[in-house]
Amino acid sequence: MVDHQLHRFTLPNGLRVVLAPDDTAPVVAVSVHYDVGFRSEPEGRTGFAHLFEHLMFQGSESLGKLAHFRHVQGSGGTFNGSTHQDYTDYFEMLPSAALERALFLEADRMRAPKLTEENLRNQVDVVKEEIRLNVLNRPYGGFPWILLPPVLFDTFPNAHNGYGDFTDLEQASVDDCAAFFDTYYAPSNAVLTVAGHLDVERTTELVHRHFGDVPARPTPVRPSFAEPAPTTELRGTHVDAHAPLPAIAVGYRVPDPVVDLEGYLAYVVLSQVLSDGDSSRLPHRLVHGEALAIEVGAGCGLFQPLDTRDPDLFSATIIHSGDVEQARVLAAFDEELAIVAAEGPHVDELARVTARWTAALHGEHDRLISRTLAYGAFELLHGRAELSAELPELIGRVTVDHVAEAAKNLRPDARAVLTVEPTASAGDAL
Amino acid sequence: MNTATSNATHRSAEEIGRTETGPRPLPELGVARLDDPPQRLDVVLANGLRLVAVRQATVPMVEMRMSIPFAGDSDEHSAVAELLATTMLTGTEQRDRILMDTDLAGVGADLHTIVDPERLRVSGSTLSSGLDTFLDVVSDALTSAAYRDAEVLGERDRLAERINVARSQPRVIAREALQRQRFGDHPYTREMPSSAEVLTVDPAVVRQLHRAAVVPNGSTLVLVGDIDLDKIVETVTKALAGWTSDRTASVLSPLPLVRGGDLLLVDRPGAVQSQIRLSAQAITRLDPRFPALQLANVVFGGYFSSRLVENIREDKGYTYSAHSSFEYTPQGAVLDIDADTASEVTAAAVLEMRYELGRIGVVPPTSEELESAREYLIGSLLISTASQGGLAGTLSALAAIDVPLDWLQRHPDRLREVTSEQVAVAAREFFAPTAFTGVVVGDAETLAAPLRALGGVALS
Repeated sequence: MVDHQLHRFTLPNGLRVVLAPDDTAPVVAVSVHYDVGFRSEPEGRTGFAHLFEHLMFQGSESLGKLAHFRHVQGSGGTFNGSTHQDYTDYFEMLPSAALERALFLEADRMRAPKLTEENLRNQVDVVKEEIRLNVLNRPYGGFPWILLPPVLFDTFPNAHNGYGDFTDLEQASVDDCAAFFDTYYAPSNAVLTVAGHLDVERTTELVHRHFGDVPARPTPVRPSFAEPAPTTELRGTHVDAHAPLPAIAVGYRVPDPVVDLEGYLAYVVLSQVLSDGDSSRLPHRLVHGEALAIEVGAGCGLFQPLDTRDPDLFSATIIHSGDVEQARVLAAFDEELAIVAAEGPHVDELARVTARWTAALHGEHDRLISRTLAYGAFELLHGRAELSAELPELIGRVTVDHVAEAAKNLRPDARAVLTVEPTASAGDAL
Repeated sequence: MNTATSNATHRSAEEIGRTETGPRPLPELGVARLDDPPQRLDVVLANGLRLVAVRQATVPMVEMRMSIPFAGDSDEHSAVAELLATTMLTGTEQRDRILMDTDLAGVGADLHTIVDPERLRVSGSTLSSGLDTFLDVVSDALTSAAYRDAEVLGERDRLAERINVARSQPRVIAREALQRQRFGDHPYTREMPSSAEVLTVDPAVVRQLHRAAVVPNGSTLVLVGDIDLDKIVETVTKALAGWTSDRTASVLSPLPLVRGGDLLLVDRPGAVQSQIRLSAQAITRLDPRFPALQLANVVFGGYFSSRLVENIREDKGYTYSAHSSFEYTPQGAVLDIDADTASEVTAAAVLEMRYELGRIGVVPPTSEELESAREYLIGSLLISTASQGGLAGTLSALAAIDVPLDWLQRHPDRLREVTSEQVAVAAREFFAPTAFTGVVVGDAETLAAPLRALGGVALS
């Protein structure tokens, strides 16, 4: 296992810092994870956390509207940001000669972003185009990440659309932005991660120089988003005007990944046993065996495993031919789960899952930006950036019994089933 | 804006946007570290396969990219090739589908095949400790893929369904329309067969195509990662010893040049968003004008800080993203410009794209724009080749079109030497609005009137 030495410290204003030096290439990555995601946005303001992410690129006290992009790219770098359930991240990757510039850019917008009416209206338009592109104008848009939560969850934070309704987006005001920034974008509510070709001592000094005088503000108290698991099978239907084939998403609740990591990982392994590769169980049976499905997938988390705190979910998605009854597809899926619950996976299956996790982790570590984001997210959610490197070993400790137990808990009488009904024609010449 | 009231729980936006000390200066760039290029070898094996291997041992992994020229002129080629790519890894004489994946997974490996009108690509990665097993599975697939009837027929039905799903994607519809608009019925346009064509393919024909066209001579294999360069030739030679053929891989015939002309409006009734796709002829990486054109392209729309993005996204909010990029074709390259916009602003966005095309010719990039583009291209090259997968992909693309591999190392210097006059000339020549053709896919009922008012659009 590659063991990158991690260095961490906290500034007097509360900003947590993780440094991960790695001399293999002359590039460096910088990320800031803020402890707020779309679960925390106010009612009536769906999509606000993501809209706000866009505004953080629109200038600051020291930089004009388009300067952030120009300075990162004009230094040879790339940048982006993304909004998740429990956090929002901002990042850039650049030649290491531009390290101080990247720290300056992140500090400047943490200290004094320019939130203006003009930029807000412009970015509302841009976000609406993003939603048209990714949801409204394409088949299976938002499936299942927007569509499944409202079936599985009850409360607004967990159930609402994180991309947002157009009406809510249009009603967002500059003052909403100011309130959101002051509440959630305090330095003590963030983790700064710097990885790659860097000198620890000099970088520590640069971090102090640029972030040290960002004034401290109170750290917001994060409410619990906990809610009871379903006690019955919940059903939902979504009519998709673009989809040519029906689809099903099944969602279940899983243990709190922060409190019960071992318990959670059993579900991660289960998802791989079920759907990672041709030798896994669902493709073997549903796709290649009985030809009930066109595509199947299973996994933990709306986007990826270990990307959120409690409550999180396990989901499976199945796209199937219109000729096959949904009940038949679900029954076959349930039978496969029942087999794993009764017999457990074979030890060889577990070894393969571990090997592929190990390889995936190396792949992630070889892409500096992925590694940096993993450190930042794990530090924020679990207080342990090291977890990123430890995962293959932890995955390797999951036993046959753990996985069987997890499969047992995915019960038909405590889950959400979302059906996507196509209205589009069956496509060409069938 | 809020005045300071006693119950304010947060600062106003204006208060947030200023500090007592005021704006601060941007730090200077430090000095870039220049690394020696990694060790590399580039040989042709006895069976005609070109092997490029690079030791970049950042993590204990090996990335593989194999590229096999795979052109075919027949009407059914696309359907047969697609089914071949879909079923190549579903079993060999020694392994069934499950065992192939099991053996790969056991050493932390992945393997995929994909085909386009030009090439069949076999790509994957493995833990370096599993390289022998990985190459054994690769070799097995190349030399004895079985295409058992049951597997091929099962995949055939699923492929037909997946094609229907793909064809419901707006970007796929737009891509097909653009290909027809600029290249007519050249085989290069046959990127996705119809479901009906796929459903008539016989498994025997797939087996026949494999024997005839999955051949080493003319193909390239790129390996990047934690490998021993002293042994890799022997390792690969031994692993692929059984892969031989007296045929040479099949190269696509030359494409017609892209000529400027009207945009074609393609109706997608009820669409809430339109796909705008413009294209013009460009030049190969080996053309002396290429670095200048590459810089002009970045300034025009090749990155976020470009004129096009700043205009139609950051100023007007017409689109989530707009791009201008090179697409490398069999013998050259074309320029592609794309943006997806709400129906109501589609014509306005086309107008702005044409405006920017005209402007880059008559108002050449400023020195500030040029320096930013230069740093960006050099930095992205550094970043894209810093990972094993990125380097493998880049080398595979270069090797496949016979660009010398040291092109990569020399390119930063080439970009540094370009003058602003050369960029201005390239911009005038290649970004002339009249050089472009293209398509707009969207709801014709909404789009027809404004596009008619704009002109230069063929309404079917």
